[in-house]
Amino acid sequence: MILLAVSSGAPSLWAPEWLPRLPQRLVEMICQALGAPDWLVAIAGFIAAAATVVGVFLGGFALLSLIERKTLARIQNRIGPNRAGWFGILQPVADGIKMLTKEDIVPAKAEWLLHLAAPILIVVPSILALGVIPYGREWVPVRLELGLLFFFAVGTLTELAVFIAGWASGSKFPMLGAMRAISQMVSYELPLMISALGVIMVTGSLSLPAIVEHQGGFHLGFIPAWNLFSPWGLSAGIIFYIASIAEANRCPFDLPEGESEIVAGHMTEYSGFKYALFFMGEYLGLFAISGLGITLFLGGWQAPLPGLGFVPSWIWFFAKLVVVIMSYLWIRGTFPRVRIDQLMRFAWLCLLPMALLTLPAAGLWTILNRNDHNVLAWLITVPLLLIPWLILTAIYNRRLAPQTRTYTFADS
Amino acid sequence: MDQSSNIHRLPDPARAARWSLPGLGLFKGLVVTAQNMIQSYYRKERMTTVQYPEQRAPISPNFRNFPFLAYDGVDPVAGLRCTACSICEKECPPQCIYIVLDRDANGKSLKRPRIFDIDVSVCMNCGICSEVCPFDSIYMDGEYELSTDDRFDGLLFGLDRLAKSADYHMKLRPEQATEVAARRKAEEDKKLATQAAKEAKAKAEQAKKQQELPGQHEKGADV
Repeated sequence: MILLAVSSGAPSLWAPEWLPRLPQRLVEMICQALGAPDWLVAIAGFIAAAATVVGVFLGGFALLSLIERKTLARIQNRIGPNRAGWFGILQPVADGIKMLTKEDIVPAKAEWLLHLAAPILIVVPSILALGVIPYGREWVPVRLELGLLFFFAVGTLTELAVFIAGWASGSKFPMLGAMRAISQMVSYELPLMISALGVIMVTGSLSLPAIVEHQGGFHLGFIPAWNLFSPWGLSAGIIFYIASIAEANRCPFDLPEGESEIVAGHMTEYSGFKYALFFMGEYLGLFAISGLGITLFLGGWQAPLPGLGFVPSWIWFFAKLVVVIMSYLWIRGTFPRVRIDQLMRFAWLCLLPMALLTLPAAGLWTILNRNDHNVLAWLITVPLLLIPWLILTAIYNRRLAPQTRTYTFADS
Repeated sequence: MDQSSNIHRLPDPARAARWSLPGLGLFKGLVVTAQNMIQSYYRKERMTTVQYPEQRAPISPNFRNFPFLAYDGVDPVAGLRCTACSICEKECPPQCIYIVLDRDANGKSLKRPRIFDIDVSVCMNCGICSEVCPFDSIYMDGEYELSTDDRFDGLLFGLDRLAKSADYHMKLRPEQATEVAARRKAEEDKKLATQAAKEAKAKAEQAKKQQELPGQHEKGADV
């Protein structure tokens, strides 16, 4: 009954597929019942839809801040927050109250207006970027033809906000942190975007819902036809993943806020709720970039196995999001922070050439697959990507990596 | 023991030098942290953190904090070993001890302190007082939960807070307390023995005297 309603395109209010759009539809119905004009109904519906996305991801931010601390604690053989509420479930509330009641300090040498604007500017692009991601078959907050372009255009605003924060604080550590952040984000944006270009080439569209639709179906009946399960897609997906960690300023690429060197980077002079906004922006950016990665390479809301189509598509999206976010936590709990020269060298000497190589690989893949030369496509694209990778890593390991240390006195 | 060696596993240097698949080391690291995370749920020995307010790690007998005054028996006033000799007061480097001798109405010393104050905000836990005490009275304590919201009276320990029984000392530092108790008992026995000997001697002398002057005694008896 429910499935029928969805497939026939008639939006049943209670169908699970339409559940995330329930607030929007309810607000629209209430406005119509009150006799509001059409444009007002549409605007109210948009606001309700935006509020749904923001609400879901702010709740996710609160939950993630707890889960992250718990997971990191377990990786370090600790228990983690367990005082506030049952198993520390109220810890985000306690954190929020603490942040809100803290003194809001503006340094004397700060540009107060920019100092105030930076934390707001860092949250806004993340929320804007979250607006274009297709969360489900029917749940796309804003359907843009150029969704991917919009995402990257808005995503670069984060760098501006970080630099504003560093500049407006009028202090040396924020400035150093902001300069690091700019150099890092600009460097990693290049491989990030170039690895996404392959997807655009294969799909032939910049629309994110179209990219997800293109990844529907299954190879050999059980391997999902996601972009990740192809030579160029695996390569581009790994590059995208690494670059997205750097874009989101997360460990092991969290140099802009490397507390061992520059206190807290661009957040040094912030306190109270402004500081919380930086964190919120960071986590929302994390959600956005991993949502984009899922859309581009992991098939978006597509089910991972045939016969699972009865589960609402947005559940698959969020299941994938949880997996990706947990992998970020795992990486954060594992790797130490890299040095700034290692970071830049890795971006320009390893990620960028490999990202550029995914472009011819994606092109060849598309052309050969179109002409039904599937085996040939594998035979050509796999060596095309694998051999340069091996050469690059060999150079990297032999020439650039630190040599094994010899202990002159201890070993003799 | 083999479990701890399993946790602190170091890479074999010969293996590390061999050529391996690029990026393999990263996966090895990921496996280690995953093991840490999963095993932390079912292997007790991994969770070494003591959940402090509910659990407490046992303190070492060598742990020493602010001093306390030992007393024998059950009465902290009568059994107090301290004789108010003021040696600790004079030896104390930061001079945090303040003692006033207790005297009776005639001004005679009662050999016990009327006031014995230690300002723990000044005390530096050096333990010199307990080393110089000739009466086995002052020892270093094992208590560490001493935070207070009153930084004046709350940190000035009087007799009521300082006096703790010898049993407490035995529980806190059994080795030292046993040795002290044995020594004190020996001294006490010796004292009793000398006293008994003295008494016996006095008695014998008395008896001798009585024998020497029998008339006097009879005379007295007649009266």
